[in-house]
Amino acid sequence: MYRIVRKEALAPTLSLFEIEAPLVARKARAGQFVILRINEEGERIPLTIADFDRARETITCVFQEVGKTTKELGTLCEGDYLQDFAGPLGLPSHIENFGRVVCVGGGLGVAPVFPIARALKEAGNEVIGIMGARTKELLFWEEKMYSACSELWVTTDDGSYSRKGFVTDLLREVIEKKKDVGLCVAIGPLPMMRAVCGLTREYGLKTVVSLNSIMVDGTGMCGCCRVTVGGKTKFACVDGPEFDGHLVDFEEMARRAVIYKPQEQLAVSRYVKNSAHNCSCGCGGGR
Amino acid sequence: MNGGSKPKKTIEPKKNPMPCQEPAVRARNFNEVALGYSEEAVVAEANRCLQCKNAPCRQGCPVEVDIPAFIGLAAGGDFYGAIRKLKEKNALPAVCGRVCPQESQCEKYCTLGKKHEPVAIGRIERFCADWELAGAALPQEVKPPTGKKVAVVGSGPSGLTCAADLAKLGHQVTIFEALHVPGGVLMYGIPEFRLPKNVVQTEIGNLKDLGVNIEVNAVVGKFAVVDELLNGGGFDAVFIGTGAGLPYFMNIPGENACGVYSANEFLTRTNLMKAYRFPEADTPIRVGRKVAVLGGGNVAMDAARTALRLGAEESWIVYRRSKKELPARHEEVEHAEEEGVKFAFLTSPTRIIYNDDYWVTAMECLQYKLGEPDASGRRSPVPIPGSEFVMDVDTVVVAIGQGPNPLVPGTTEGLQCNKKGNIVADPGTGATSKPGVYAGGDVVTGAATVILAMGAGRTAAKSIHAYLSGKN
Ligand SMILES: Cc1cc2nc3c(=O)[nH]c(=O)nc-3n(C[C@H](O)[C@H](O)[C@H](O)COP(=O)(O)OP(=O)(O)OC[C@H]3O[C@@H](n4cnc5c(N)ncnc54)[C@H](O)[C@@H]3O)c2cc1C
Ligand SMILES: Cc1cc2nc3c(=O)[nH]c(=O)nc-3n(C[C@H](O)[C@H](O)[C@H](O)COP(=O)(O)OP(=O)(O)OC[C@H]3O[C@@H](n4cnc5c(N)ncnc54)[C@H](O)[C@@H]3O)c2cc1C
Ligand code: SF4
Ligand code: SF4
Ligand code: FES
Repeated sequence: MYRIVRKEALAPTLSLFEIEAPLVARKARAGQFVILRINEEGERIPLTIADFDRARETITCVFQEVGKTTKELGTLCEGDYLQDFAGPLGLPSHIENFGRVVCVGGGLGVAPVFPIARALKEAGNEVIGIMGARTKELLFWEEKMYSACSELWVTTDDGSYSRKGFVTDLLREVIEKKKDVGLCVAIGPLPMMRAVCGLTREYGLKTVVSLNSIMVDGTGMCGCCRVTVGGKTKFACVDGPEFDGHLVDFEEMARRAVIYKPQEQLAVSRYVKNSAHNCSCGCGGGR
Repeated sequence: MNGGSKPKKTIEPKKNPMPCQEPAVRARNFNEVALGYSEEAVVAEANRCLQCKNAPCRQGCPVEVDIPAFIGLAAGGDFYGAIRKLKEKNALPAVCGRVCPQESQCEKYCTLGKKHEPVAIGRIERFCADWELAGAALPQEVKPPTGKKVAVVGSGPSGLTCAADLAKLGHQVTIFEALHVPGGVLMYGIPEFRLPKNVVQTEIGNLKDLGVNIEVNAVVGKFAVVDELLNGGGFDAVFIGTGAGLPYFMNIPGENACGVYSANEFLTRTNLMKAYRFPEADTPIRVGRKVAVLGGGNVAMDAARTALRLGAEESWIVYRRSKKELPARHEEVEHAEEEGVKFAFLTSPTRIIYNDDYWVTAMECLQYKLGEPDASGRRSPVPIPGSEFVMDVDTVVVAIGQGPNPLVPGTTEGLQCNKKGNIVADPGTGATSKPGVYAGGDVVTGAATVILAMGAGRTAAKSIHAYLSGKN
């Protein structure tokens, strides 16, 4: 069992857990993920390692409540336990000194992009951070990102905070202004990563994306997570999750991501109907 | 009177039948198909055995169970004696009695089999094991602690056997398992209706009673590599039994369409994650109206029968050779046929066809004929030009084999592997190219059988014991 030592509500339906997992914390690196299960009936879901603390022996994950499992996860509080927590899975990000890099985090993508930006900066890169969200209240970790970057550009789709626009608008500006960008790392919703890749392709700027395909085991055993990259089938859990975004078949990814849509809808409506969890610890879990 | 010689007993030509759930009923539930012998039936069956002096049946058993001895005890109703005899050689008789391909192992060599049906060795073995599981477990003898620590990577039959043997010898054993439940293929692959999961978990419980420590959610190669277990981890030796878990695909167009599963995914969702109980269990699965399973082994049979139980209207085995070459256990093929699984022999797909939403709608296939025998001795399938036809299906399950998962081999320095990625280990000792590191089971041999994996675990345990005894 793995204890939740800290919970933070970052935005409505967006929470952070710091989880005690000594074996995972010892080895975790930027770009990797974990697979967790809440309880005996639970499904195995992957979450990216947003931060790790080797001394405290903890892993930090940020998750968005999108369906049954993540909603249920949101009801857990500090001191609660997770049944299973396996990792660190996937290949770590490739870190070297590229000179100048851009790290783009869209929405929830800020969480996984943060440790990568930090590692790139530690490797001597000039890291330009770009982060964006739909609206002001969904923005989180601005401070943290700022500390991992040489400069940070922020945007909201509706203009409720900082600049109005999409991360791609800022990215174009950065590329035009700064020149000599050696690498772009972009993590966020599928349409955003796709749009970033469309843009960077124009400039011939190599772009790494992190793919959230549906997974089961996360060890290369089931092939559920397969994606087409450069015409070849790859298993996102062991060959990735990061890939060269210019080679990814996003169309196929988008289709495979909704395979279980009818089942997901059934599960969530059934869950909402049946759950009468009233959390009183003030963490917001009773939502 | 023919003085001195035993009176000749009359031999029942056929095995005592195995009571089973009715095909029409069982094809829609996940309960065990074969219900097991009654006490009368097992005694009757055991009495069919001729107690041959040379016991040819034993040469067919990879772990050399003393077959006449245990059957002799069962024939006299001494099931306690029988199970003890069995367990001298076989750590998981409740599993082997159910899933060993007896017709190509022990029963193949049975003297009775020359004229009649062979003795139902597997069924008797299963009865004895279930008899024990229903009562109190046999006391297990454990030698005093040696102070030596062994890490076992993977908890399939090879790892479980190796761990049990080493624990009995007094070594402190920790099993590291990547998934959240121990048991390997016995848990995630072979379905409940063929091997109930409580049988596997009871066997694993016995192992814990021996003092074996099982760490689940522990992916070796990720949280630690083998060298770290040896240096710093405090382990004196390592056994690798990570199996053949990497699914092969056909590499034909359309294979990544929605509705195409590997057998591993299809079976893992159903067995390990209990998707057949969705939405009570959280993991979903989707089975369409017409399912095609590609392949002809045990894995394919399991997938095809699982599809029916998940509600498919039609479930097809699509196999490129003929019925005679099917590598699955005979009993499974029979059971599949009885349940209504259909077979398309001498057929193989060339392309999977999908609609605008990327969902499978059909499969283009080629017809084959049998040509000359190939390296495996089986007649090889040859495509018939121009024989293309389209099969309407909405779910495809690929069950054409598995290779070794590269996670451990790829992160262990100095560990020799062959071209296919299997770990090279001495069949007589389990020793690999790396000192202190042993391996066995499917990761060495490629996808094989439960009993062979167990045998390899046992062999490695012996050599690890010798290695540790010499290392003071
Ligand atoms: C490598 C990786 C890292 C991820 N990191 C994060 C993260 O840091 N924070 C976060 O909020 N989410 C992350 N995700 C996505 C997260 O796993 C899904 O949101 C979660 O599984 C949804 O489960 P649910 O039951 O709440 O929703 P559902 O209603 O089941 O699904 C909602 C959507 O999530 C996706 N999904 C469903 N089941 C799975 C599954 N077993 N594996 C992967 N995706 C699935 C589907 O595309 C689906 O459309 C990551 C996914 C992957 C593959
Ligand atoms: C569907 C199916 C049906 C079958 N039917 C039969 C049958 O009827 N009769 C028969 O005799 N045989 C059958 N087999 C074959 C038989 O199950 C295997 O030969 C046998 O299980 C191999 O045992 P093993 O110990 O080598 O590995 P496995 O049983 O494959 O176990 C390996 C274990 O290692 C774990 N692992 C892998 N990598 C790591 C890692 N890096 N770190 C930690 N753990 C790891 C895996 O999660 C797994 O639990 C069947 C196989 C399948 C898939
Ligand atoms: S272990 Fe398998 S091969 Fe050996 S006697 Fe038992 S059923 Fe036969
Ligand atoms: S060969 Fe057959 S009849 Fe002879 S001892 Fe073995 S099981 Fe009995
Ligand atoms: S999740 Fe099973 S192979 Fe990637």
